[in-house]
Formats: sequence, structure tokens, C-alpha cells
Amino acid sequence: MKLSLGPILYFWDRDSVMQFYAHVAEQPVDIVYLGETVCAKRRALNTADWLAIAGRLAAAGKEVVLSTLVLVEAASEISRMRHFAENGRYLVEANDLAAVNMLGGHGRFVAGPHINIYNSETLRLFSDLGACRWVPPLELGHQAVAALQAGRPDGMETEIFAFGRLPLAFSARCFTARAHGIPKDSCEFRCADYPDGMELETREGEQFLVLNGIQVQSGRTVNLLGEFPALHALGVDVLRISPQSQGTEAVIGWFRQVIDGRADPADAARALSGSVAANPCNGFWHGVSGMDWLTDTGV
Amino acid sequence: MSGRPELICPAGSLPALKVAIDHGADAVYLGFRNATNARNFPGLNFDDSEMRRGIQYAHDRGARVFLALNTYARAGQWNEWTRAADVAADLGVDAIILADPGLMRYCTERHPSLRLHLSVQGSATNPESIAFYARQFGVQRVVLPRVLSLSQVRYVIDSVPIEIEVFGFGSLCVMVEGRCALSSYVTGESPNTCGVCSPAKAVRWEESGSGRRSRLNGVLIDVYAQNESAGYPTLCKGRFVVRGGPDESPVYALEEPTSLNVLGILPELVQAGVAAIKVEGRQRSPAYVGQVTRVLRAALDACVRDPATYVPRPEWIAELERLAEGRQHTLGAIDRAWQ
Repeated sequence: MKLSLGPILYFWDRDSVMQFYAHVAEQPVDIVYLGETVCAKRRALNTADWLAIAGRLAAAGKEVVLSTLVLVEAASEISRMRHFAENGRYLVEANDLAAVNMLGGHGRFVAGPHINIYNSETLRLFSDLGACRWVPPLELGHQAVAALQAGRPDGMETEIFAFGRLPLAFSARCFTARAHGIPKDSCEFRCADYPDGMELETREGEQFLVLNGIQVQSGRTVNLLGEFPALHALGVDVLRISPQSQGTEAVIGWFRQVIDGRADPADAARALSGSVAANPCNGFWHGVSGMDWLTDTGV
Repeated sequence: MSGRPELICPAGSLPALKVAIDHGADAVYLGFRNATNARNFPGLNFDDSEMRRGIQYAHDRGARVFLALNTYARAGQWNEWTRAADVAADLGVDAIILADPGLMRYCTERHPSLRLHLSVQGSATNPESIAFYARQFGVQRVVLPRVLSLSQVRYVIDSVPIEIEVFGFGSLCVMVEGRCALSSYVTGESPNTCGVCSPAKAVRWEESGSGRRSRLNGVLIDVYAQNESAGYPTLCKGRFVVRGGPDESPVYALEEPTSLNVLGILPELVQAGVAAIKVEGRQRSPAYVGQVTRVLRAALDACVRDPATYVPRPEWIAELERLAEGRQHTLGAIDRAWQ
């Protein structure tokens, strides 16, 4: 099984992004997804910057995938997406059907978690269109993935979002700007001040959601490391880790050890729950509320 | 492409369908009584026989009927969704509103003459993704998610030779439809999977001396003072605390309880060339559907007659205000300041 690092979902400054990926080049991940998927206004890095990072990661032996914007509205966003889609060298992760349309049935692509593939017939459609890997929607669990694996088209890899805060929703509205009482059009890039987003709590102090610009994330961190035996048995090909500003290296380390058979999945999951994922969840995987944390389910 | 937009009204039941048509809807949309549509609420929707009668009633009066088959077919239960498409085609619906690309392919192969509309749940927000649905499946109309500004709506209409339908009145989804798993994160059920958002069975009300609390599967959505009117706890419309910002008091961090209302910009929408204006609310009563349909029919007719002098009449505004969630309304994302 391979290990991937998803795109950075937050707005980090250019130096931080460069440093992060310089470090990732040395980390035991197999696949790295690059690009801004959340907000088109975030342009700390241009296409050339991303391609330069891609080149360095590829030289370090990583498979590089360029990830596209999820919510595409303006003409300028489409033209930026076209630069990624037509890069000619790296695989593209389509997060909107605009990207699939651009690829036009020529060439392979990854159908990202925001392409709504919920059944075998739709998976087959995307396979026919050129998808060579797919990331099931985040709310699909073990039972649905098992059904889809049973009818999986030839050559289709399955990648599961296995660790990180879940990108649950997208809006036209920027919630970070709203929290500061300013409109999106004059947002002053306030999201840059929150390298892991803004935490939203219920009035009882329960950590509920995270605001990341136009994206809403889970307050809890999904942690499927303890489900490794089931993921392996289902023939899942790739496990995805979603980056945070702190602790990503440790997460990669634990996943690598489990994949390589050097650590017990349950022990490793507990170790992560005791550190970077202090507030874990795995409910979607078990077919219940996504925010739930189930242990010893015997799945 | 500007002309007279159709008025599309919700039919959560046969009485609502009749009322909508009697009050001037050009078309109604409806769904089967199961998880195949995005308003799978208890006590709503149609069985085969009711749908047959509804279609008859509509066609006898020159109105059209669109079937909402707009959830994503569950793995292993594909036949439930294809059966709905087959039955609807046999009953003679005028179009099927779909979100699932796999189901679209099924319909183009099995029912090639059936008109296909892309549901708002299909999340098509730009010309390139709309072109995907047109090219792959011959989709003839797209319902836009409630995330675009007026100039973006114009850009879409000017860029693609496809009919564009926009929401005109009703509950406002803050998130891109089809890309929101907030409800399943809290309750295990979402619009995409089960056709529900913040389902009633997960709602719990608590009364206490300090006020009334609404919970969704245990998560505190809001607290209301004794004299404050309480709304349905749709989870994106509760009051929460945002940490690390300038104000850490409970606020509507995502959105207020409010309704979308485009009455004020109807001439702009007509001028932009929208093919249809849609009213949200299959979960609403026939009386509500009748009132909203009547007001929007009058407004749309006045606007098409003379867009230059059109102004929303005070009685229309007052009537819709009474019916609106939280008794307040917004243009939503159509107005960039909202974003």
C-alpha cells in the first residue's frame, strides 16, 4: 500500500510552503498532491512555483499529482486550472468536473474526493473517461467502499482519506472574513493568520468545526490508522494524510511503520490519538455520524 | 436569450402540486417517497399512483412536471434509483432532474428522448463543468448552486448554450449543494446520501430556566432566550463561538436563519437570460406553496411586461416576509457583499 500527502488546505506563506515541501522530499511518502484547492484568491505561489516544487519532489522519487480548485466560478479560475490540466508531465487530481471536461477523455486523472462517485456505475463512467485513481467522497464508509471495490474497473486505484481534518463543505462565502466582520472581496487574507484554520465551538465549548476561508472542516481529526487491517483486506491502494502545520511528519512516520508492518495498527492509532489527533473521529468509515469515534468495532 | 422565465414550484404532495399549478406555476418538481430525492422527509412526496394523477392534473392545465431524482445512488442499491427513472419516464414526466453522473448515463442510454436537467446537487458552478454534462449526457438545463454572484450568473449564461435555472425564493443553502457533508458529519445522513439535511429525527429541544436549547444528535446548535422565537436547527444556521477572532461571543458564524428572495432583482435576472426561476420548499405546506407561487407569478408577469418600471410591490414583500425563515430575507451570494 502507498502513502500520499494531500494538498495543503490552508493559506501558508510562500516560504512556509517551500520549506514544508523541502522537508516532504525527505519523508517516506510515495505520492504528493500539490496546488491550491480551496480559494482562488490565495496566490502566494504561482503555477511556475508549484511546478518547481513538483520537479524537486519528482527528483526525490515522489509521484506528483497537481490538484485543482474545488469551487470554480470565474473565468480566471478556469484559465489557471487549464495550466494545471495541460501541464503535460504530472497527473492531475480533478476536484470539479470542469477539470474532467478539460482533460477531455484524453489522458489519465485522479478523481478527487469532491467528485461525487457513490456507486459502481458512476465509478465505471469515470474510469471510461480516464480516471486511474479515485478518492471516495469523505462520507462513504467501509460498507460502501467494499461494494465499490467488488466491482472496481480494471486499473482503477482506490485512495482513502485516512488522516486529517475532513473538508466537509464549501461556500461562496468566506467564513474567515465573516468572523472578522469584513466581506470576501476585501478579505485582507486574514486566513493567512490561521495556519490550521479558526476553531468553531458550540456554546458548550465542544470543538465542532474549523473555518478555513470558504471551506468548513471537521473539528475532529479523522484517524483511520487503526482500520489498517480492514483497508488492506479491501485492497485499498493508497492512504491519504492531509497536512497540518504541526505534526505531519509524525503522522507520516506512524502510517509508514504500520504499512511496512513495523508497528501494530491499534497501537499506532492510539499513539496518534494521544498526540496530534487528540480529538479523533472515524464515524464515516463505520457508517455512522462522521464525528463519532468508535474503537474495537471488529470491522 | 432573455425572454419570459418559467416559474418552477415545489410539490411535496398532490395538494401542493394542485395549488402551485392553480396559482400560476409553469412547472412543478416532485419526487418519489424514498431516498432517491433530496427532500426525503417523513410524510412528503409521491407514490406511483399519486404521481400519475399529479402529471395528469398538470398536463390538463398546460403545466409541466419535473421529477427530482437528485440524490446519489447508493452502492449496491442501484436498482432503486433506475426504477425511479424508469417509472417516471413511463408516467410521462417532462424532465428528470439528476445529480449522479452514472444515472445520467443510464438515462441517456435507456430513455434517450427524455429531457435531462442537472440538479443543484450536481454542483455545476461554471461553464466548463456545465459543458461536461452537456457533452456527456446532452443535459438541456442546469440548476445553479446558490453560490454565484449576479455577474457570475451572467457569465455562465453568456458562455453556454444551455438553459439556466436559478433559485428565487425559499430556504437558503449556504454551502455549495452536492458538496456539503456537514449533516452526515453530525447525524450520519446527508443530502447526497439520504436526501436530508439536519433530519428531524436527530433534533431534540430542551427547555430550561435559562431558555430553550436545540440540539442535533446531541450537538448544541442554538440557545434561545425566553421571548426569542426559535427556528429549525439546521446546523449551518446555529450560533457558535469562533476562537481566535476579534469576537468570541456566540454568533451566526456560517449564516443567519434567513430566506433567499430575488424579488428585488427580477429584471436583472430576466435580462441576464435565466430560463427559469425556482422556488425551494417541497417540505412546505400547500398553503405556503400557494402564497409564494401567487406572489412570484404576479411579480414575474409584471417584470416581463415592463422591466424598466418594475418595482416589487409592498404587499408582495410583506407576504413573502411573513413566510420567510426567520422572517428575514437575503439575496445570498447573488449580492457579492453577502459573500
